[in-house]
Amino acid sequence: MAQTQAGTSGLGHNALPRNPGTPLTTAWFEGHQVNTSAAERRAATLTTRRSVKKEYQAAWLVKALQCIDLTTLAGDDTPGRVHRLCAKAMRPLRDDIVEGLKLAEMPRVGAVCVYPSMVPHAVRALQGSGIPVASVATGFPAGLTPLPLRLAEIKYAVEEGAGEIDIVIHRAQVLRQEWAALYDEIAAMREACGPAHMKAILATGDLKTLRNVYKASMVAMQAGADFIKTSTGKEEVNATLPVSLTMLRALRDYGEATGFQIGFKPAGGLKTAKDAMSWLILMKEELGRRWLEPDLFRIGASSMLADIERQLEHFITGRYAALSHHALA
Amino acid sequence: MPTVSEVLNTMDYGPSPEANGHVKEWLAAHEKGFGHFIAGSFTASNAPRMDVFNPATGEKLASVYNGKAADVEKAVQAARKAFKSWSALPGFERARHLYALARHIQKRERFLSVLETMDNGKTIRESRDIDVPLVARHFYHHAGWAQLVETEFKGLGPLGVCGQIIPWNFPLLMLAWKIAPALAAGNTVVLKPAEFTPLTALAFAEICTEAGLPPGVVNIVTGDGETGAALVAHPDVNKIAFTGSTEVGRLIRAATAGSGKKLSLELGGKSPFIVFEDADLDAAVEGVVDAVWFNQGQVCCAGTRLLIQEGVYERFIALLTKRMQSLRVGDPLDKSNDMGPLVDPVQLARVRALVEKGKAEGGTLIEAPCPLPPKGNFFAPSLFVGVDAASTVMREEIFGPVVAAMTFRTPDEAAAIADHTRYGLAASIWSENINVALEAAARVKAGVVWINSTNQFDAAAGFGGYKESGFGREGGREGLIEYLKPAGKAAAVSAAKAAKLSGAPSPLKPASAAAIDRTAKLYIGGKQARPDSGYSYDVTNARGQLIGQAGLGNRKDVRNAVEAALKASAWGSASAHNRAQVLFFIAENLNARAAEFAKRLVEAGATPRAAAAEVEQALRRIFYYAAQADKFDGRIHSTNAKRQTTLAFHEPYGVMGIICPDEAPLLALVSLLMPALAMGNRVVLVPSQGQPLIATDFYQVLDTSDVPAGAVNIITGQRDELAKTLAEHDEVAALWYHGDAVGSASMEKASAGNLKVTWVNQGVAVNWADDAEAQGREFLRRATQVKNIWIPYGE
Repeated sequence: MAQTQAGTSGLGHNALPRNPGTPLTTAWFEGHQVNTSAAERRAATLTTRRSVKKEYQAAWLVKALQCIDLTTLAGDDTPGRVHRLCAKAMRPLRDDIVEGLKLAEMPRVGAVCVYPSMVPHAVRALQGSGIPVASVATGFPAGLTPLPLRLAEIKYAVEEGAGEIDIVIHRAQVLRQEWAALYDEIAAMREACGPAHMKAILATGDLKTLRNVYKASMVAMQAGADFIKTSTGKEEVNATLPVSLTMLRALRDYGEATGFQIGFKPAGGLKTAKDAMSWLILMKEELGRRWLEPDLFRIGASSMLADIERQLEHFITGRYAALSHHALA
Repeated sequence: MPTVSEVLNTMDYGPSPEANGHVKEWLAAHEKGFGHFIAGSFTASNAPRMDVFNPATGEKLASVYNGKAADVEKAVQAARKAFKSWSALPGFERARHLYALARHIQKRERFLSVLETMDNGKTIRESRDIDVPLVARHFYHHAGWAQLVETEFKGLGPLGVCGQIIPWNFPLLMLAWKIAPALAAGNTVVLKPAEFTPLTALAFAEICTEAGLPPGVVNIVTGDGETGAALVAHPDVNKIAFTGSTEVGRLIRAATAGSGKKLSLELGGKSPFIVFEDADLDAAVEGVVDAVWFNQGQVCCAGTRLLIQEGVYERFIALLTKRMQSLRVGDPLDKSNDMGPLVDPVQLARVRALVEKGKAEGGTLIEAPCPLPPKGNFFAPSLFVGVDAASTVMREEIFGPVVAAMTFRTPDEAAAIADHTRYGLAASIWSENINVALEAAARVKAGVVWINSTNQFDAAAGFGGYKESGFGREGGREGLIEYLKPAGKAAAVSAAKAAKLSGAPSPLKPASAAAIDRTAKLYIGGKQARPDSGYSYDVTNARGQLIGQAGLGNRKDVRNAVEAALKASAWGSASAHNRAQVLFFIAENLNARAAEFAKRLVEAGATPRAAAAEVEQALRRIFYYAAQADKFDGRIHSTNAKRQTTLAFHEPYGVMGIICPDEAPLLALVSLLMPALAMGNRVVLVPSQGQPLIATDFYQVLDTSDVPAGAVNIITGQRDELAKTLAEHDEVAALWYHGDAVGSASMEKASAGNLKVTWVNQGVAVNWADDAEAQGREFLRRATQVKNIWIPYGE
């Protein structure tokens, strides 16, 4: 299996050919059926069909850690807070745990994800670490500021050194099934991203139906998204397994049609090590081993890391750990 | 154990075995072998012992008795003894016992799951997440029925001792399906678990003890087919409930013929799994996994005939083949395995043989690429393509993890292929179009239909088949009634034997001279038809006077009548209102000719007063069933899932044979014919042998009442000979017989051919004038079979 850890900040998230997008091709998604109760059944039983224990579980949790986009997206974010988060991103585990796991080196998270105005602080803090800075943009989280402003925001973040841009789509265009408008906006965003990789946040909690989720996923990929991402974390319902399942199937279908591998990022509501395991199992079962690497899989999370640390400590010591024994993010 | 760094590269699941220490200790404690569980304790026997093996490893787990008739005798005696007090308990008391059983099953859930997995080979995920929770659910649900049975089923009571024989594919779940309703209704039980998988039944026996169930209410006798046969043959058993193969079901039907034992059979299947082009194909692919690679495909209702609309066939097979790549087969105690071993080397050999035959016939086998353990009865999840409707693997129940796929072009063709089978247990239908899905569900002849889902089970819904998949239901209201009978004593007046008829000219003079001679004919396909034999027989009245001649119908007339009835399928799909209208119209036209029918009855020997009363009551009875035609509704079951509705439809059987008794020639005829017609059946009716002229007059009433041609066919003649032809006819789905005891037995026996549903009088005459006995919902229930359609919804 090729090692495809993300490259240096600003140079994109993997060595795979980038998705150039396709012309808008509605035939790929109009009429596509998603049966909600069947998707729910698959999601509900998926994680009961596989179980990962002991060394395997520890390894899987390290893998989850490597896929985390360690995130702070709050109104009270400050340079200091971002600095602290970046420090945690570079040293996510205590040394004794790294040793106990017999890892060759300190693992690191997939990226640090912040608001555009925090990008320069994050870039500075992560300098030399190889950890990319991801920035949300385009009027996050609602995405309802005028398009030129949304595009300008992307350009600002890229100029400040963000290697990955998490854009939000214009939900009204999905709810009104305005595919051409949606496609044009996302394509414009992709152009604005330039070399930075683009994750398209569908805000699936707003789209409501799984068929909308499938269609929006397809349009985003056709418009050139490198990743598709579930949620901003600000919708009423965040990442769920049925929504993720639907997006993975869209991603698979797009890959079959074009040959390009697209990444997936669930975000919002993933808090525990158990959540991490559930999504890793989902990725492996639906897409295979290749999608368990951070260049094709990210988890948008802030508190999950702390739970993973505790579980790993338990694996090593056999004792249940206290949260306060691990460094604060 | 690899290092964390190594796993970071492979990202394998690794082993995840469920611990089985508690079960091993239990088995060690029973190392000397299990006794039969009779009258509340494990009892010794001089029967030989047989060993029970773990199918994943081939290791011996335990030994049990191979029970003999003497063991069955003891168990039946214990059950009979316990019946008296158990059936007399108030519903609340029985409910408390069933509730305790449910609770104790939950307390022992993991123990039972692990034991089931070791004994049967099903994965721990299934035993833990599906089987055992459904077992507990079944006891909870029936604790409720125990509480309610007196008020919800007024006038009905328990049967007595129930003999129950269960298969090895869902050992504990099938036990629950059998025991819970039997006990709720007030019966006691002798249950024989399958010879391969007796262990969870024996653990359940201990649970009965720890839950405080009175001794003798549940008795468990271990053994093989001969033990089962002894139970079936036991004269003091009131009901046999069997789940297993169609072949054995036929034997049991024949063996119990004439015994008066109530019978329910849940048999084999080759269920269609229909994927329309507008389905969510990924969802349907998961459906196949849950249908055929669930429990190693050892599932009677498995959707093993994959019918895919031609336009999406390639895509579907590609998706399915890809999905097969992630299936895992191995140690069933490993929590990451999708499939374990087949139950026994015998079963493995059978599956292999059928698969070889499929290949030899030109089918292409696609196997899941997962590695199989070198030891144990493992078989890879498999898919046959390049097969057609005539292929063995498309027709025969394989009872293994093998599905066969073929295409169809239109919904009509899907329905035709789906029903082109001797079985009718289940169907799974995949479409996002409500019209397509419900139409297919309505048309398919199967007892259980799952729309956009598969293998869903719940205690609140009936489970059971059409056609040769058996009869009777398990679960829900329709399942409970299989363990009840009318309370109180039936008046045991023996029905008359039919006289031997002659086609030779009579030496008798007619009782009265008709102005113009009348010829009574047979009535087939809406037309009067001369009997094929060319013979007529003399009809005499009660005083022995000649009153006319009737056609001496024969096999060919029956054949023609069944053909005509088959063609009249529109009657079954007519609206209930439409059928009601026709029945009311029959009454209207009979009323217009009431005097004439009364005269016929007088001619036959009735007093004028009795004759007038019979006609009057016949009119009322027709009105009753006309009224019921659009009111004998199905139900919506409260199955245990959100955003799902389970509709229990009352569907007609199709073509029914009805054999009328000699007595009450008009009233008995309408009492039997009208409920069958009201529910949408087409009928081939053999009227009173002694007084057939009422029936041959009656067809003129039918003719004037908009009854479609073929919906009712009337064949006069030698009752038991015609009845036997009907009983043996494979297109006749149900048979009601009112004759003598010998005839009843022979009808039940002859019905085993296509396992048609029979309702015979066992030689006991019915008082047709008594509304309580000869009219009511029971007649409608007997004229219908329940189809449960599961409809999940949600966007």
